[in-house]
Amino acid sequence: MSAEDVLVGRSVGDLIAEFPYVENYFAAIRLEVLDPSRSVVEILNEHPEEYFHDYGTSRADLAADIVDFVEQVRSQTEDRLGAITSVTVLPGRDKAGRPEACGLTVRPGEVTCIVGPTGAGKSRLLEDIECLAQTDTPSGRRVLINGAEPTDEQRYDLGHRLVAQLTQNMNFVIDLPAGEFIALHAESREVASPERVAVEVIAGANSLAGEPIDPATPVTQLSGGQSRALMIADTALLSASPIVLIDEIENAGIDRRRALDLLVGRDKIVLMSTHDPILALLGDRRVVIEGGGVRSVLATTEAERANLAFLTAVDEQLRDLRDRIRRGERVESDLAEEFTECWKTRASRSGDGPLR
Amino acid sequence: MKFVTVAGPPSAGKTSVILNTIGRLRERGLESGVIKFDCLSSSDAATYRRHGITAKVGLAGNLCPDHFFITNVDQAVQWGRRQGLDVLISESAGLCNRCSPHVKDVLAVCVIDNLAGVGTPDKIGPMLRFADVIVVTKGDIVSQAEREVFTAGIRKVNRLARIIPVNGITGQGAFALGRCIADTGDTDSLLTRHLRFTLPSALCSYCVGQTRIDPAFQAGNLRRIRFDT
Repeated sequence: MSAEDVLVGRSVGDLIAEFPYVENYFAAIRLEVLDPSRSVVEILNEHPEEYFHDYGTSRADLAADIVDFVEQVRSQTEDRLGAITSVTVLPGRDKAGRPEACGLTVRPGEVTCIVGPTGAGKSRLLEDIECLAQTDTPSGRRVLINGAEPTDEQRYDLGHRLVAQLTQNMNFVIDLPAGEFIALHAESREVASPERVAVEVIAGANSLAGEPIDPATPVTQLSGGQSRALMIADTALLSASPIVLIDEIENAGIDRRRALDLLVGRDKIVLMSTHDPILALLGDRRVVIEGGGVRSVLATTEAERANLAFLTAVDEQLRDLRDRIRRGERVESDLAEEFTECWKTRASRSGDGPLR
Repeated sequence: MKFVTVAGPPSAGKTSVILNTIGRLRERGLESGVIKFDCLSSSDAATYRRHGITAKVGLAGNLCPDHFFITNVDQAVQWGRRQGLDVLISESAGLCNRCSPHVKDVLAVCVIDNLAGVGTPDKIGPMLRFADVIVVTKGDIVSQAEREVFTAGIRKVNRLARIIPVNGITGQGAFALGRCIADTGDTDSLLTRHLRFTLPSALCSYCVGQTRIDPAFQAGNLRRIRFDT
């Protein structure tokens, strides 16, 4: 589409009908469209010099911006991320300058756990991925996207969109009801019907949290479990980022297995910093970090998977115990016997296999 | 010497971002200094010096901080060169959201934080709109969804800038900002350079000390709200 076509060739009404997002753009720059049958240039001419000046632009510059914006929307360059089929980290050096034992490759639909003591270098590994390191970070690692070196442009362009993060410190701070807020997020992603997507996201969150979320409840007033569930569902269904980094999913008030299923089901590459044995064994592999370097990568073995069923049973037993304490009951029964009995029944059942 | 303007609303985390970035620049063998433009007082120079960083503060007092900035900035660059710095970072607070300390052909960084609310990118003017790099801080405490809505808001007013999330506490992201600065060219003088956008203007009776509220005492460059519409 030529600049002339955007600026004078058609009415603003037509432009908005074809590219609905243009309307949001005009709203953001407070460009008043009183008569949509006029062209962009006519509308710009209706605005006084002062409008452009206050906004830090000129009539000609803003016209050029609008042309660029329409072109961007038209060519869908918003989504230059493309399909990411793999992210590879080639080994570098640890904090002492020794060569790293190994690198790693992660793919959509996989859960990779990152383990190691505090300060071992987990965040440095993540930052290397985030900035698509090319032997220019202190670790000397090199990150490949789909097996190839990213271009300089990709490094800056992907940087802030590659990794979505979910940590326990994160809160909702916006003063909006849950439904409206998720719709706002959907809108910013230029999703066709934001309201419908918001309903889907809240349903997704409700499948993870014990207590259902009312879309009319302000996000800041959700319980801990509810906001965590909403964050996970929103990241799975709406986030632009192909990689999701999770810093431990706390045990309380959320179905962790389903949470991972939801992310994996949406083809996210999940990196999870955890020392919880159940979460660790649910993953496809564990990356062991030590002294700033990757010491080894352990693929989850069949024997480990087999232990998952047992661990899940223990976890359920403990959850029952917590509920009994919560209800004000005494815990005087022979727990050792109770637990053993439960494991025996559980062991004869199946269905605690790996994800999906 | 490389010169960079860093601007952003108060408490957005400019100093933390700069401290972390200087650390990353040091790893590349670049020695940085800071000239901080502030209004009434600033303890930032002490903070920088504690980290072994050459720093100087200029206080605008009762002058418009932006006008104060532009009348002193070239001298600041000359000071930085005399100190033998590889990089001089100018830090200034965008106090009225109309501030625009960015200079043509000088790397311009705007720092804003995720806690400021999703409407903020809209409210900040030329300081954000004319920046080459937009650093977004405090992402570690808000949800991914809010971060994405915030970024989309930034994109609406500045389509081309590089957006770099930086965690001021851990320094995560400072590497990318350091790389932008390391890649920028040298600025040995600002003489004959131009601002990217005009500074906020005012020349009225209050600029020269008037305190009385009375139209009869208001003269000069004035603009009045129309309450009849």
